This record gives sequence, structure tokens and C-alpha cells, in this order.
Amino acid sequence: MLKPSTLLALDDVSISYHTRAGAVPAVTGVSLAIDEGEAVGLVGESGCGKSTLAMAILGHLGGRGAVVGGEIRFAGRALAGMSPDEIRRMRGRGIGIVYQEAMAALNPSMRIGAQLTETLIVHRGTSRDAARKAAIATLAEVKLPDPERVMDAYPHQLSGGQQQRVVIAMALLPEPRLLLLDEPTTALDVTVEAGIIDLLNGLRRSRGTAMLFISHNLGLVGQLCERVAVMYSGELVETGSVADMFATPRHPYTMGLFSCIPRPDLPRREQHLTPIRGQVSPPNARPPGCIFAPRCDWFQAGRCDAVRVPLEAVDLASDARVRCLRWREIAPEPRPAWEALATGAAEQTILAVSRLDKTYQLRSGGAVVRANQQLSFDVPRGRTLAVVGESGCGKSTFANVLMGLTSATAGEIRFETTDLAKLPLDRRPALLLRDLQMVFQNPDETLNPCYSVGRQIGRAVRKLGVERDRAGVQARVRALLGLTRLPAAFASRRPRQLSGGQKQRVGIARAFAGTPKLVVADEPVSALDVSVQAAITELLRDIQRNQDTTLVIISHDLGFVRYIADRVVVMYLGQVMEAGSAEEVFAPPYHPYTEALLSAAPVAGLARNRRIVLSGELPSAMAPPSGCPFQTRCPRKLGAICETERPPEQLLAGGHRILCHIPPDELGRVPPVYAPEETLAVD
Amino acid sequence: MSAAGAEIAAEVLPPPSRGLRFGWIRRIGHSKVATIGLLIILFWAVVAVTAPWISPFPPNLPIRPMASAGVRAPNGAVFWLGTDHLGRDILSRIIWGSRTVLVYAPLATACSFVIGITAGLLAGFKRGWIDEALSRITDLVLAFPALVLYIIIISKFGASGINIVLAVTLASSPAIMRLTRGLVLALRTRAFVAAAQLRGEPAWRVMVVEILPNASGPLIVDACLRLGYVVITIGTLGFLGLGLPPPDPDWGGMINDTRKFALVFPHMVLFPCLAVCSLVLGFNLLADGLRELVTED
Repeated sequence: MLKPSTLLALDDVSISYHTRAGAVPAVTGVSLAIDEGEAVGLVGESGCGKSTLAMAILGHLGGRGAVVGGEIRFAGRALAGMSPDEIRRMRGRGIGIVYQEAMAALNPSMRIGAQLTETLIVHRGTSRDAARKAAIATLAEVKLPDPERVMDAYPHQLSGGQQQRVVIAMALLPEPRLLLLDEPTTALDVTVEAGIIDLLNGLRRSRGTAMLFISHNLGLVGQLCERVAVMYSGELVETGSVADMFATPRHPYTMGLFSCIPRPDLPRREQHLTPIRGQVSPPNARPPGCIFAPRCDWFQAGRCDAVRVPLEAVDLASDARVRCLRWREIAPEPRPAWEALATGAAEQTILAVSRLDKTYQLRSGGAVVRANQQLSFDVPRGRTLAVVGESGCGKSTFANVLMGLTSATAGEIRFETTDLAKLPLDRRPALLLRDLQMVFQNPDETLNPCYSVGRQIGRAVRKLGVERDRAGVQARVRALLGLTRLPAAFASRRPRQLSGGQKQRVGIARAFAGTPKLVVADEPVSALDVSVQAAITELLRDIQRNQDTTLVIISHDLGFVRYIADRVVVMYLGQVMEAGSAEEVFAPPYHPYTEALLSAAPVAGLARNRRIVLSGELPSAMAPPSGCPFQTRCPRKLGAICETERPPEQLLAGGHRILCHIPPDELGRVPPVYAPEETLAVD
Repeated sequence: MSAAGAEIAAEVLPPPSRGLRFGWIRRIGHSKVATIGLLIILFWAVVAVTAPWISPFPPNLPIRPMASAGVRAPNGAVFWLGTDHLGRDILSRIIWGSRTVLVYAPLATACSFVIGITAGLLAGFKRGWIDEALSRITDLVLAFPALVLYIIIISKFGASGINIVLAVTLASSPAIMRLTRGLVLALRTRAFVAAAQLRGEPAWRVMVVEILPNASGPLIVDACLRLGYVVITIGTLGFLGLGLPPPDPDWGGMINDTRKFALVFPHMVLFPCLAVCSLVLGFNLLADGLRELVTED
């Protein structure tokens, strides 16, 4: 076979943005090559310049940005020498791009068909019929069911996953040789994400399209790419093959990225989650010498801050490179493992949910949405329960009912001795409010932008009746800031002066103002950068242990769940599919849905997991399937019985419950999704 | 790991700032447009306050009819802007007339905002039947042409300052209610609102303390625009003869009284018109400038 030729070559590329404050160097000295048909991952936190690089490759930096150094060559031709017309042609035929937000990439007022065929008809002069045929063929290629129907649909009539497939089809239509994928699955559910990754892998095989996959998720990069480039603060800090880098990350930042992601394939006693401290340095305040120095555990004064560190080849055999002076001397230290909680027999139940129903009556046509159906599970005091499932499965509805933001239709939520199911907020006594608090998902919305941090925490302290007088409130605010490891001076800051992680800490401080007995955390880390996620996860776990708080965590991130949860409830279309301890749920016997969820979750390790990609879409909650709610997508469907009869709740040892027609013995016979022998030993 | 956490927080102190809630109010000086608008408004405010001292003649005193600008009065003083058909000094009447406008326009606007914001907060936050009822009432009022509404109210209840305020309030509060309701709808689902409810804050406090300040930017911009609009409305009412009862000076009334002489003595109409224009321009410029500052925030 011929040696594949280089398709895209970046040679010492630097990009700056011109702002009122002067030139901001967003990318400095990046060299990267992508061969024909190759997939390269570009990894890093937000603000590292990944997307800027993608825009530069497209010649689309806008008025303020410019390539100020180096050269970008596509198929042997320098971008800088191309006329605007040629660049436009290259964008069409040479390079396609898929953005993160599919809905934003599609015009909501145009039918899919019109949007797909537009480029072909206008720019290529293809006839309307031929364009339509090509579009339908491409829609079929991205595995959209019923392409004819999709052609006539408007974007809002498609699900998020379908929209992203349409965007991919749109990028593929002009048959580009390179596809830029800028976080294409970040906004999607894991099961949908797994489908898109499968699709991209398939397209690589069938079309031989080269790909530059931009992501913060090392697990996804491992599933799709052969090579990885890790970017930090505008520079590449490490490049190499996936196999090599995943086995031995060499740069401290790469090690940091691996060690701050909780993995669903490892039990938490084997996990060593370490946040990367600090934040990405802003482009115009980069330190001299090594750019990662301020956050590096191996920083050596006088050496690391002396000269700019070059990207050094690791050995002659591979193309692995690393930008670290000390890469030969350092290795990740084994860190203290999680101390197992004593699983005493005297586990006391603090929250007992039984046969909980929540039904929404839609105004139009009297349609009924059964958001929660017959939920039953217990939460032991001082432990963490995670409720997992795809979006739209009723997780947040349950949280709202529990918190009293809405009332249940039927059933019971017994918190200690009180039934909360039909007790709305305004009828809950003050002490109950103090005992039940919540941590929210979006750090930008959790705090009121109008008031200082201190005032917001202080108000919670006073209102929940912990302290009354001024001095007492202030002391408590300082204590709470300390608890969430923020300096006391933060009390006078406004939310907009804080980073996302800091806002989330303030949100946690506010929730713990009255020493609550139970805290509900709705996706507490999903909106944060990976390095910050680890810190917040650790913080939540520490506070919980110190204060003996019970946590109910709503999450779709199975790695996070495995790391933090003692008990897990898996929900699908408003019903509990499986419930049990974390060990039970993450090992066979699985409910087929749990199995699919686990196998869809990207794992930032070399262990290749079994993959089950669910077909079809999440059914509408307004018209749930008959029989078993999961029957329309279940890969292990038995037959007619699944369509007609609600499955029995099968009780297994230790309180593990599975809602399925398949007998437990047979469910137990499947191999584990994460095979232990494939798992890399960390220490 | 806890140590690492402490460092995270301590190390990256964001740049200190004074962190004002309404920081943009202090930054009005940064916007040229807003500054000019504010200066025009302040000019008229000073004129209104100092009217008794700066006006050369009593506003309702007939001295010498139909005098052009610059003509001398019998006592030697100058009619800088001339006199009207009854011989009253136009400059003095404009000066005294600014009092009418600068009392009733802000008063009417304030009343509309109190009612509009209250209704908007209730409708947007409580939703349900309250929202339905308030929205339908709003639709009803907005279905009438505003001018017709004014004419009906004033001719029914008589021309007086208070009735002007009532009419303007009735006609403009629905639009403010709609604006507020829209802002509240976007804000009520924010997590900090849920957090306030979860600690047991009463509904009024959630609305007034948590939600309203976050909606203040667009509301303040709208208030400036509306002030200008109300100045025009008061002028219009005066022009239609529905303004303050004569002989008290009122810019719209002055234009109305003298419009039949406009072709021969344009100054009688021109100067009151310029007065209305400049004040409205002031409010509009201020609103434009504030809009920039608010969105920049």
C-alpha cells in the first residue's frame, strides 16, 4: 500500500485576535499534520484555542483574527496564497465542518431538504432532481431512518441526534476530504453520542474521509482517532498515537486530564481522581518558560520558568512529542485510594419513595405526560443515590417533586417521618426547608447576578434560621466559604467576577447554609470544564462525608456516578428500570437498558468496552410504548410479551431490582460491559 | 486534595472591581449619546425649577400682541422669542410651560411603571389565571387607539393634570406590563429563583428582590423612551385642547392657540415646537445611550 500523503499540514501556525486591549495570541506555534483518511483528536480545556485553530483551517477567522505566523497547507496548497474564491471552493469540496450545536447550524425556517440541496444547486449548478437524490442518499448514509420524510421536515421536528446527523450529512454532501468535528456530541445523550461516534467510524471506513476531532473528552477521542494532539493555552503540549498516549501520558497536563476524569469502568476504590488546580492562563498573561508551570505539580523554579520549552521528540521510532523539560523524570504518583465507607448493617433509611406518580396535563388536546410512574426506592442516610438516565426520562421531574417545586399526582415520598409527595413548598415548615436543599446544574444561573456572594449566602443563613444577628451571619458565611474552599474575601464579590467552578462552589455553600440532611444535586458538574469537574466532585464528596449529608444526584455521566454514588437508580421514560447498589448496577446482571447505557459511555482508558448502540429514538412520553417502556429499542427483546405486558419487578439478592421479562439467571449470563481483565491497573 | 482545592480558589482571584449592581449608571459619562441626552434633560429641569427667577415676564400677562422675536417691550425689556396673539411673552410661557411637562410626564410615566411592573411581575411569575386575566385586559386596552382612549377619558372626566396622568397611565401601562412579563418569564426559570423558593422566601420577595433587579436594565431604557413619548402625548393633548385648562402655559396648548397665525407669525408655533422636540430628543438620546451601557454590562 502507498504511504498516505499529507492532506492538511499546519506548520508553526500562530493566530492572534486584535482587540481593543491589543493583540491576543490565541494559538502559538502549532504544527500538526493530518494524512489522507486519518483521524486526529485535538484535546484540551475550553479556552485552549482548539476552535480558533479549526476556524483558521477553514480560513474563517473573521475580521479580528488573523494567522500571524506559520503556514496552513491543504492538499499541498498554502491557504495564505489562495484567493477568496479558492478558499470558498476549498471550504465546500475540501473541508467540511460539524459544529457542536446542531440546532444553531440549521436554519429553523427552512426544510431540511432545501438546506441540503441549496449548496449543490447554487454552487455546483446541479439540477434540482440530482441534488435531491444526492441529499437523500447522504441522509441514508448517515443512517437517518426514512430520508424522504426527513427531507420534508423542519429542524425542530427532529431530535437532537437526528439534527446532528443532518449536519454531518450537510458537511458530507460536497464530498470533502477532511471533516472538522468541533465537539459534535457534547450536547447529546450518551446513547445518542455512541450512535454518532459509530456513524463517524463507519464513514471513515466507507469514504476514507480524514477527520480532525475536537473534543474535551479523551474517551471519545480514543474511540475514533489514531492520533491525538493535546492543546494547552494555545500550544500543543503533547502529540502521539492514541495507543501510546493512553498507555503512557508524558506531559503533566495530559496526565492531569486522565486523572481528573472519573471512569465508569473502574470501581471507585480503584479510582484516584485528582483535579488540575487553577485555570488556563489567559492568552495575554501566559507565564514565561513552560506555559503549564502555574498548574504543574512537577514545577521546578529556575528550570521550568527559565526558557520557552520546545516540543521534543520522545524517540526516533514514533512521532510522539512532548513539551516538557522533565518528562523523563516524572510519573504519576499513586494517590490515596477511596476509603470504603463502613457498610454497617444499621443502614437507616432517610428517604423512602413508594409508587410515586407525576402526571402533567398538557393544555392542548388534553394530552397526558406521565413523567414519573410508580417510582419506588429508598435512600440510606449519609449515602449518595444517583438517578441516571437519558434526558427526558423524568429525573428532573422527580427532583422537583422531592423539593416541592411541584406536587406529585400519587404515591409517597417519606422523608424521615414527613410525606413530601403532596406538600408544596409554601406549606413546608421552616425546619424541613432547612433539611432539604439543592445544588443546581448551570453555574451561570445558580447565583443572582445582582447581589454579592456574601449577601446571597447570608440571606440563606438568615432565612433558614441558622443565625439571626449580623455578626453571626457573617461568621457563618465565612465558615461556609471556607467549607467550599473559597477565600473569605469572596463574600464581597459579584457572581460575574467568578469562574464557573467558583460559582458552583458558592452554590454549594448556599445549599449547605443550614446544615441540610439531604441535598439534591441536579447535574452538578456537567456544565463545567473537565479539570473543574473533578474538583467539584471531590468537594461534594468531602462535605457530604464531614457533615453526614445524604446526597441525591441527578446525572447522565456514568463515570461521575460510579465515582460518587453508593446506590443507583436507572430511569427510562419515567420508570425505574433498575435499582441497586453501585456495585450491583455496574456489574451483571444488567437491565438491557443499563447495559446499553454503560456500553455507550466513553471511557478514557485503553480498555475497549463492548458496544451496544441503541437503535431508534427515545419514544415520546406522551405516547409511551405498551408493555415494557424500553421494548422499542431493546436489543434483547424477547417478543410479543414485551409489547403487551408490563415486565415484572425482579428482586435479586441485596435489594437489587430489575424491571424485565428476561429471567435474572439469563440476564446474569452476559459478560460484564467493562471486562476486568482488559482494565488497566492504575498502580 | 483539599489543599489543592484551597489553592484553586485562592490562586485565581479575578480582577478586583467595585462590583456595582447598577455599575452602568455611573458609566453614563462613557457614552457620548447618553451624556448629551442627560444634559438636555438637566437643562430643562433647571429651567423648570428656576422659572420664577429667569422668566422675563409673567407668563399670562398680555403686553403687546403679535410682537416678533427681539422686539422691545414698553418697559425696555426684550421679547426674545416674541409674543403671541394675546401679547404674552413666548419665552416666559415656554419657561413656565416646562414645569407642566416636567411634572406631569415623569408622574404619568412613574404611575404607568408602577402598575405595569406590578401586573407584569404577577402575570409572569404566577402564571395561570392571573396571567390570563391580566393579559386579556392588556389586549383589550391595546386594542383601542391610544388617542381615542385619551379623548374619551379627558372629555368624560374633564381636562386636568390628574386626568392626564390617569389617561396616560391607563394607555401605557399595558405595554410595560407586556415588557415586564416577558422579562420575568425568562428569569423565573433561573436556578437562583428556585433557590430562593427553596429557602422559603415569600412570593413577593422572589418577585421584587430576586427577579425585578435583573430586569431593571431594559425597564430603565424603556422608561426613558416612554418619558419622551409621554412628553409628546401631553403636547398632543394640549394641541387637541385637552391639556391643562387655559390660561396656564402648556407647550401643546401654545401651539394649538397660535396655529392659525402660523403662516404669518411662524415664531408663535416654532418655538414651543422646538421646546417639545428638544426635550423628547433628550430622553431618546439618553435611552439610546443607556441601552448600549446596559447590554455592555
